[in-house]
Amino acid sequence: MRKIYLDHNATTPTHPEVVKAMLPYYNEVYGNPSSIHQFGQEARKVVDEAREKVANFIGAKIEEIVFTSGGTEADNFAIKGIAYRNEKKGRHIITSSIEHHAVLNTCKYLEGKGFKVTFLPVDKYGTVNPDDVKKAITGETILITILHANNETGTIEPIGEIGSIAKEKGIIFHTDAVQSVGKLGVNVDELNVDLLSLSGHKIYGPKGIGALYIRKGTKIEPLILGGHHERNRRAGTENVPGIVGLGKAIEIASQDMEEENKKEVNLRDKLWDGLNQKIDSIQLNGHPEKRLSNTLNVSFKFVEGESIILNLDLQGIAVSSGSACTSGSLEPSHVLSAMGVDPATSQGSVRFSLGKDNTEDDIGYVLEVLPEIVSRLRAMSPLYKGRK
Amino acid sequence: MQYSEKVMEHFKNPRNVGEMKDPDGVGHVGNPVCGDIMELYIKVKDNIIVDAKFKTFGCGAAIATSSMVTELVKGKTVDEALTVSNRAVAEALGGLPPIKMHCSVLAEEALKSAIDDYFKKKEMKNERKSGKSSK
Repeated sequence: MRKIYLDHNATTPTHPEVVKAMLPYYNEVYGNPSSIHQFGQEARKVVDEAREKVANFIGAKIEEIVFTSGGTEADNFAIKGIAYRNEKKGRHIITSSIEHHAVLNTCKYLEGKGFKVTFLPVDKYGTVNPDDVKKAITGETILITILHANNETGTIEPIGEIGSIAKEKGIIFHTDAVQSVGKLGVNVDELNVDLLSLSGHKIYGPKGIGALYIRKGTKIEPLILGGHHERNRRAGTENVPGIVGLGKAIEIASQDMEEENKKEVNLRDKLWDGLNQKIDSIQLNGHPEKRLSNTLNVSFKFVEGESIILNLDLQGIAVSSGSACTSGSLEPSHVLSAMGVDPATSQGSVRFSLGKDNTEDDIGYVLEVLPEIVSRLRAMSPLYKGRK
Repeated sequence: MQYSEKVMEHFKNPRNVGEMKDPDGVGHVGNPVCGDIMELYIKVKDNIIVDAKFKTFGCGAAIATSSMVTELVKGKTVDEALTVSNRAVAEALGGLPPIKMHCSVLAEEALKSAIDDYFKKKEMKNERKSGKSSK
């Protein structure tokens, strides 16, 4: 059976060149980077090289990059680390209502610990209004954390603008850039951020590796204690193969990003146009333009998302949904709800996230099988009654 | 989501889909917030459910449980049908993932709601027949 992967915002296949770059660091160069002998120093060297690649890619200094086990740890580290370090100054945090759960649940955890958290609303496209950020700031505010691009809709937030507000008020600003690094040009000075989370496996790197950018001079409490690794900011023997893999993935992204973006935006828009021609009562969720070039979130009204996903999966097509049934909870996507999408429409949402290996043929195949699936499910749906 | 083969089979080929002309009972349960809406129609002759049909907005488990419950009650007396539990529906499907058990509950509720409606309609008919007013 044909297999088409359109779920790259969940994870990507590790690039063959990345795998190749990583392999020697399992059993050939296996030293501990903290060891002073040659075995260790050889490993230290490649860790430093990878750190330089990551730093250069986002316009940071080498010492401002701390490797973590992934995006989730980077988010936890940034938020808890800043909150605990600054709790004597104030206990107020500003975030948005459309964050990834790594940020959302960390903020909720801190709420339980006595911090006050403002969850800012978004407009119908899922965009945070910088004025709302400004208005939410109090004398107690110690941290603002807003994601760069949303994983469900791909909507890109005005991070640079929010960052300059934070800068003006002297408040530490973190962005979760897990979905944007490698897809958008990301520069920490242009974005005016003090902290930035990124991840390897969203950009054809390995799983289990990520990084937190920490602007020089930003005081932060470490999350993981132990040895003196990562300048005392993150203990634990470095994941050398993972770090090498992340470095390689970023190197490839910096070469291919522009071309990939063009290709993906073209395929994505072909998919959207095709769906519009072939299926009535559909809705785009997310910003029409200010959106990641690979992400298309569509609600198919009168049907439920999981049943679409299952049917597509039976035809070899992998996508995801913001429906309650797929989230493991019983509520539809918090992102779509915050955008004001009604529950029934939210339940019928499907996210297509494209990647470098997708082709025009892939899109053609989706457009061939999906209309029939939707019309079959609509024929079964009590909400579709009385329509044509 | 790990669905049993039986669930996938009913999801792919749901039995008894569609509306019914002049049903003797209609059940309507669920809401879009929880993600499932079921409509169940029954035809009753001499106290036996001779036909059952459904329309469902919902996930794979919701469609499969709707399909299964219609299969289970066809040919049963109304009283027998009232004893069909959500567990029986889930078991007949080879089990459901724990988070999807509420779909089987919804199927049971849809069935009971259809039977309730049948009783109500029957009562109204009887009242009309005996010429009583509903005072």
